[in-house]
Amino acid sequence: MQTKRTIFSSKILPYWLILPQLAVTLIFFVWPAGQAVWQSFLREDAFGTSTEFVGLANYVAILHDPGYLNAMIVTVVFSIAVATVSIVVALVLAVAANSLLKSRSLYTTLLVWPYAVAPAVAGVLFWFMFNPTIGLIPYLLKGIGYHWDDRLNGTDAMILVVIAASWKQISYNFLFFLAGLQSIPKALIEAAAIDGAGPGKRFRDIVFPMLSPTTFFLLVVNVVYTMFDTFAVIHATTQGGPNQSTNILVYKVFTDGFIGLDLGSSSAQSVVLMVIVIALTFIQFRFVERNVQY
Amino acid sequence: MMKKLTLAAAALALSATSSFAATQITWWHAMGGELGKKLDEIVANYNKSQDKYQVVASYKGTYAETMTAAIAAFRAKQQPDIVQVFEVGTGTMMAAKGAVYPVYQLMKDAGAQFDPKAYLPAVVGYYTDTQGNMLSMPFNSSTPILYYNKNVFKKAGLDPNVAPKTWEDVESFSKKIMSSGAAKCGFTTGWISWIQLENFSAWHNLPIGTNENGFGGVDSKLSFNGPTQIRHWDNLKKWQAEGIFQYGGPEGGNDAAPKFYSQECAMVMNSSASRAGVINNAKDFEVGYGMLPYYADVKGAPQNSIIGGATLWVLKGHEAEEYKGVADFFRYLASPEVQADWHQFSGYLPITQAAYELGQKQGYYEKNPGSDVGIKEITLNQPTPNSKGLRFGNYVQIRKVIDEEFQALLGGKKSAKEALDSVVERGDKLIAEFAASNK
Repeated sequence: MQTKRTIFSSKILPYWLILPQLAVTLIFFVWPAGQAVWQSFLREDAFGTSTEFVGLANYVAILHDPGYLNAMIVTVVFSIAVATVSIVVALVLAVAANSLLKSRSLYTTLLVWPYAVAPAVAGVLFWFMFNPTIGLIPYLLKGIGYHWDDRLNGTDAMILVVIAASWKQISYNFLFFLAGLQSIPKALIEAAAIDGAGPGKRFRDIVFPMLSPTTFFLLVVNVVYTMFDTFAVIHATTQGGPNQSTNILVYKVFTDGFIGLDLGSSSAQSVVLMVIVIALTFIQFRFVERNVQY
Repeated sequence: MMKKLTLAAAALALSATSSFAATQITWWHAMGGELGKKLDEIVANYNKSQDKYQVVASYKGTYAETMTAAIAAFRAKQQPDIVQVFEVGTGTMMAAKGAVYPVYQLMKDAGAQFDPKAYLPAVVGYYTDTQGNMLSMPFNSSTPILYYNKNVFKKAGLDPNVAPKTWEDVESFSKKIMSSGAAKCGFTTGWISWIQLENFSAWHNLPIGTNENGFGGVDSKLSFNGPTQIRHWDNLKKWQAEGIFQYGGPEGGNDAAPKFYSQECAMVMNSSASRAGVINNAKDFEVGYGMLPYYADVKGAPQNSIIGGATLWVLKGHEAEEYKGVADFFRYLASPEVQADWHQFSGYLPITQAAYELGQKQGYYEKNPGSDVGIKEITLNQPTPNSKGLRFGNYVQIRKVIDEEFQALLGGKKSAKEALDSVVERGDKLIAEFAASNK
């Protein structure tokens, strides 16, 4: 490890240089977060005309709310499903694209495309395709005897949002896996091939272990993505329904705060989310950054 | 910061050129599309009719978004003079005593001529306090009615000029329609919460909640889990399994209208304000209109239906001069000509007796069959404490609870009794929370 040291002639200059970044952080992150924490201790009517300090009552209330516990379970199921689907599919596609010689860059370009689509648009696209009244996929499913109804069947709704949320993320994961695959020394794979290892064994014993830092990094990133960036997907497709079966924590914060105008509870929920983000970020820095091999 | 200031200055300069000495009155509303254009026309006509005040109307998105925007603006002391709030937000607005300027008070303070008796009682009753004072200005009120496909009725061997009167009729008509192959499904409905629970209760003269459906105080409890409502939800589930009824989705039921337009379902229950849309979309068939169905063996049914839609609330914190303008604008809005025009264009109910009479004089209802079904429904009988409307805190969320439990019912997770009991239990909790934060 080498650290570079720059000597500033003025003692104040460095502070001036970090001031813009510091200001942005304070105004756009620390201040609102502080307000959320403060609000989470209050009980207030929508207009803010009567305010009462209630301590931890909002936190106690959400922990006793079956809807909140349901949202926690839904979030866990949703994140694991999206992370698994998008990592597995991306890995398969990356291995397939990597084995191509001529058309690799063409496939890469095509596979990265979905990442440019906004989550809300992706949500609407899948909502249309899966719409029980006008969608194509329910029509095809009827052919094999399955009655698709994401408005009444919670499992169908969950499948829909998992597909819509994973679709985009596959592109992102694909890029990382492709880069990871290309950085594996060819010599290792060739040596294994000479020793008589087939493609399956080569993948299991050499390629996949070499990709494990990438996989772990993507796992954390994907979980963070599903927990916090999939609001638009949910909003455009199921809106948390049917009967809360796709109501993830972030979406509940929105509906309770902005539709229900219960700011205290909504703030308490976002503080809980904040704690989860901090924990995930900590895991990422502590374990992932250390193990990444370049 | 500088950029913001220049922007503000530019905006100020722009608005200053359009109106020199006129006092500006801001109005936030939720009317998009055709309705929004009509609203802009009304505002433009008002601005042309005098030069003291200038009304500036801004579209703020859905009802929920408009209300949230106004509340956020109030907290930041940037609130508009007038905001359009949907009927389920009424409880929240009424409880916000420090934020809302009641309309009867405003009219009195501004010295404007104002006769509350000129308004249709079924409409204003929803928005008056227990002393009979009008708190907000009705603007667009509607009530659910039944639309049916006359061509399908004919094909099924039914009389196309007879709408089903009772739920028994709905069931037998639907069976006939389906067995004859005239349509795939009997009926669908928009607004499960508003039509198949709230209006269903009022229409059968059954209480929705305690304290006269919440009109008497904030610490109310819901009571629409009675045997008749349970019977109805049980039937809806049974009919769904038989294909007689198709679910149109939560909230307004986005899929309900298309099922009717595509002639998949022969009947649809929806807002009277959908009439223009229904006519525009029903290209290949003729539309018939009827009142909401009722169960023939329930005593007191049909009573009268209740309204939905939105009213205009005035927010505190502005100059007296602006409120004078608001009062003047409200006087204009309530005038028979403006009212009749808006009502006939949109299908919303007329809010004054005079506007209704003007329509009759113009022969509008004879030329446009079905356009007065809603008015007939809300004025069918003198409203009882069960059918005046409803007023509960946190009702926006309770509407959501109703949708969720209905989905649990149709999804096979709960029986009608379990679902409705759960609505009441969860709803009561929300009402109690509201009462606690609005002491």
